[in-house]
Amino acid sequence: MQPKIDTSPKVADDIKTTTCYMCACRCGIRVYLQNGEVRYIDGNRDHPVNKGVICGKGSAGIMQHTSPARLRAPLLRVGERGSGEFREISWTEALDLATSWLGEIRRTDPKKLAFFTGRDQSQALTGWWASQFGTPNFAAHGGFCSVNMAAAGLYTFGGSFWEFGEPDWERTEYFMLWGVAEDHASNPIKSALGKLKSRGVKVVVVNPVRTGYGAIADEWIGIRPGTDGLFVAALIHELLTSQKIDLDYLARYTNAHWLVIQNPGAHDDGLFARDDDGQPLAWDKGSGEFASAKSIDIAPALVGAFTLDNGRKAVPAFQLVADRYLSLDYAPDRVADETGIPAATVRRIAAELAEAAFDKEVTLDVPWTDWAGRAHDQMIGRPVSMHAMRGISAHSNGFHTCRLIHLLQILLGSIDCPGGFRYKPPFPKLIPPHVKPTGKPGEVKPDTPLPGPPLGFIEGPEDLLIDDQGVPTRIDKAYSWDAPMAAHGLMHMVITNAALGDPYPVDVLFMYMANMSWNSSMNVPAVLGHLTDKDPKTDEYKIPKIIYSDAYYSEMVAYADLVLPDTTYLERWDCVSLLDRPVSQADGPADAIRQPVVAPDRDVRPFQDVLLDLGARLALPGFVDDAGDPRYPGGYSDYIVNHERAPGIGPLAAWRGTDGGEYGRGAPNKNQLERYIENGCFHYHELPENMRFYKHANRDYLDWAKGIGFIGSSEPIVFQLYSETLQKFRLAACGHGTIQPPDTHRERIETYFDPLPFWYAPFEESALDGSEFPLHAITQRPMHMYHSWGSQNAWLRQITAQNKLYINRQKAHELGLADDDWVWITGHLGRVRAQISLMDGTNEHTVWTWNAIAKRKGTWSLDKDAPEATKGFLLNHLIGELLPERAGGYRYSNSDPITGQAAWFDLRVRIEKAEAGDESRPQFEPLSAPHLVDPPDELEYGLQFREARP
Amino acid sequence: MTTLPQTTEKKLGLVIDLDICVGCQACVTSCKEWNTSGYSAPLSDQDPYGSDPHGAWLNRVHGYEIGDGETSLTLHFPRSCLHCEAPDCVTVCPTGASYKRAEDGIVLVDPDTCIGCKLCSWACPYGAREYDYAQGVMKKCTLCVDRIYNENLDEEDRVPACVRACPTGARAFGDLGDPDSAVSKSVNDRGGFDLLADFGYKPVNKYLPPRPRRDSNNGANTPFLESTAPGANGAQSATDRFFAWADRMLAR
Repeated sequence: MQPKIDTSPKVADDIKTTTCYMCACRCGIRVYLQNGEVRYIDGNRDHPVNKGVICGKGSAGIMQHTSPARLRAPLLRVGERGSGEFREISWTEALDLATSWLGEIRRTDPKKLAFFTGRDQSQALTGWWASQFGTPNFAAHGGFCSVNMAAAGLYTFGGSFWEFGEPDWERTEYFMLWGVAEDHASNPIKSALGKLKSRGVKVVVVNPVRTGYGAIADEWIGIRPGTDGLFVAALIHELLTSQKIDLDYLARYTNAHWLVIQNPGAHDDGLFARDDDGQPLAWDKGSGEFASAKSIDIAPALVGAFTLDNGRKAVPAFQLVADRYLSLDYAPDRVADETGIPAATVRRIAAELAEAAFDKEVTLDVPWTDWAGRAHDQMIGRPVSMHAMRGISAHSNGFHTCRLIHLLQILLGSIDCPGGFRYKPPFPKLIPPHVKPTGKPGEVKPDTPLPGPPLGFIEGPEDLLIDDQGVPTRIDKAYSWDAPMAAHGLMHMVITNAALGDPYPVDVLFMYMANMSWNSSMNVPAVLGHLTDKDPKTDEYKIPKIIYSDAYYSEMVAYADLVLPDTTYLERWDCVSLLDRPVSQADGPADAIRQPVVAPDRDVRPFQDVLLDLGARLALPGFVDDAGDPRYPGGYSDYIVNHERAPGIGPLAAWRGTDGGEYGRGAPNKNQLERYIENGCFHYHELPENMRFYKHANRDYLDWAKGIGFIGSSEPIVFQLYSETLQKFRLAACGHGTIQPPDTHRERIETYFDPLPFWYAPFEESALDGSEFPLHAITQRPMHMYHSWGSQNAWLRQITAQNKLYINRQKAHELGLADDDWVWITGHLGRVRAQISLMDGTNEHTVWTWNAIAKRKGTWSLDKDAPEATKGFLLNHLIGELLPERAGGYRYSNSDPITGQAAWFDLRVRIEKAEAGDESRPQFEPLSAPHLVDPPDELEYGLQFREARP
Repeated sequence: MTTLPQTTEKKLGLVIDLDICVGCQACVTSCKEWNTSGYSAPLSDQDPYGSDPHGAWLNRVHGYEIGDGETSLTLHFPRSCLHCEAPDCVTVCPTGASYKRAEDGIVLVDPDTCIGCKLCSWACPYGAREYDYAQGVMKKCTLCVDRIYNENLDEEDRVPACVRACPTGARAFGDLGDPDSAVSKSVNDRGGFDLLADFGYKPVNKYLPPRPRRDSNNGANTPFLESTAPGANGAQSATDRFFAWADRMLAR
């Protein structure tokens, strides 16, 4: 007798929408609530990012939300730093203390506050707070994540990958994925890969490791790490020699025809030839005369050499491009050894790219108007698309490599066309975006806000944040000669620089959601020393005060003096803003909110509420009204609705105006959050068809984007194949201008500030003996758990609780190694012991592991014998934060010389069999974690709902 | 011994596309999350923050390599109950707690009559049954029997949680007894196969094999582009030809 079962049980008392926070993808989710508890989370079908799907992390959100590692109340350190000895204090005491520390700094020297915010999704608020405080020392985690990508893209075509743009998944005919990409844009890429493969579109993955997306690629190219730029340049070489590039596209949308002065040794060498109005010049083949390069009535020469009226020579930028990449240095057979990619493969991929771009042209019968007002009946596209992220970014040659990828895309005519790579509004921006960083010496003053934001985009040496001796004004040395085009700051250098007093000491280090004593720092042992070192004369910590906010007992908590406990993502308001890092689609801008779907059961407060409160207590301009009372007494939700960055422009773009009828610009609407909630906690503004492509040169789009404040000008955005900004730095290095690098930096600036992208070996590879350290060591990101938050998750850690070191099977045999052997991984800083696993799908010169699985004993509410702590390991311990000393004793950070991007993937190691054991090395002193609930021995989550049912 | 229905009205099951499964674990945790509060509630976890965390999961994904060297593949393989037409896991059940539903073919365990003897897990060659150590009973994929007919869910959500979650679209749900269903057609078109068919349990769930890769090992042979070699003995080089080609009248 078959039992009768209820197949239509009640599923929830209520279903509330909000936005996921298990990674930076920020999908729309629906949270099923029963008896006030979370019963289930699924994806919101209406949401433009995930369209209903959800990933392995998002589906484990319940365990994140209920983690025993959640902090429960503000903590004040009572033991030595790193001891984990705290006492619980009230919020009143915590905020009074923070206010007194910060107030003293603001009254005396605001730069003595270093405020860095890690995986912050509210940088529009946190950056503004820093600016109003008056410290230049602000950044989020971009400098150690992907600033090479952002900077290279924004200085080249006004966009970038991920939040800035995406492939035209629907129409593309060829897709190349560069490097590890399982972290950013995770669900959109997964969904798209499924559709591309089902549509028969070839997917090529270039990555030393074949996991994840690479596993389903049609072609996996297991490149040697750090040589992607050579591969790209060889593809460009092959496309040029075979004349498979889109010259018409170049003449229309790029600076290919702008004339570059060739005047070696002179102050104007390599700058654009300009007319009296400052407009760049081109050679008009029609009239046989020089003309404004921006004129539409010319037949611009892309090649040749011309003599300017004062006798100087000039050549079109494209002539320089062609000269460089036609060079046999970039011929496929020349790059084969370095990259490990056979010349025949390079040539075949080039042929496939050309076939997709030129033989599979996509035509849409959509009329549009170009920047000059000319009407077109159709939108025609070259359906080749690409995505790249951390694998390209995390090398010291990442900026130029990323520029090379964009150059390849542009030469194929595939930016923002049907089937190509598309901008997501508010991108494209001007090149570079017209926001300059502030914090020059005269701009940092007691009791005074900065005149602008701490972060931005510089256009020449005159914009650097240095004093008249060339000394950086920022603690992380961003926008100095060390990292001129930093854009996102160098969070990875803050602790080291602050402790060494280089360029100066700070008084308070204030951080949010950044595990800087563990997996987010290079050279963890040294950083732990910096956090605990004392000045022998005063017996005071070299970094005197550390305030830290986190929701969980991460490794960093024990190194704070004052801990401000944050909520989980289901307990808070948040704003995914167009002013910050929106969730736009290529077809239109989108923003979103988080709403609290459950109330905290602990004495915790959302960090953004706390920051607004501190701002008011410090009476920062903008945070108090004329009477000195808090301007946003309702906390972050009050700010989200009522803050205006410019008249009519606030954190959320939709339902503005008193009646909620305006988009983009409009007065604050007190019902705005209700409208977002009614719509599923997001708003997606789909553009009309005629604005969806060629946004950089589309009259209707540009006018609209200017109107709502995305761009300051509706001039077309001209792709900068040749970067004059880079050349300005090179000229300074060659002795021109009033602002020049110190002699220690001249050669470096001259070498790397090449106005055209090029490939060079990553710094660590160049500096170290290849026979002593023959292998590359990199990390990949497990899709189900790719940063440290995952390890407290009782479900996710059942999938991965230990990371192993993966090694090419053949290489392992050569080294006499077998599966599960323990090995020493030795780098120039020291050694780490780990257990290995053999794998065919790994480049023969490479070993790798999963990122951020390992945990320090005593943290994250894990038992001290948890595999994460006993067997897991970090490569971070081997990655130097500083490069070896140069002549003169100067040590650069281990970063890209243009942007300061942390060069995580430059690490070189050797592998030797270790004695048998059952623990990884090094092991650090276990941290104690008081004031948390005891983790349960067993979970029966869901039992409460079963019992609630009849 | 428990008897099986002679026939079932439908053969509900999953079709899993190994060509596009990236191993992201979305189906795994989404299944756990639904079912720990669903028909099988709870799916307990032992030592969840300790040295050996383990629990009852109704769906798991394994990743491994197949083949050797250059022709090897990395494969992600989702594994759950296949709702076999002739399952020994049901017939070995001494209490009748394991049964196959006559209306749709779903194999279920009645937690009220399961005695936790584990005979079924020994009988299943697919390792699809999961013992719940806290509850002392056997758990298994229910094909989300409390979702697929659930009138409290939107109609489009009446699919198993794993199918609802899957970002790449690698999982499909339907009636494999109906030759005209979308799932049957995809099995037909793509050469869908039975897991361990020789065992004779006649699994309802099917797997779609990876499509042939189009790399150099599998005949990708787009001809190289022309004019790639430098000219010899005064003949115009590719570089010269390139500049001649590029020196043309272009419009803005």
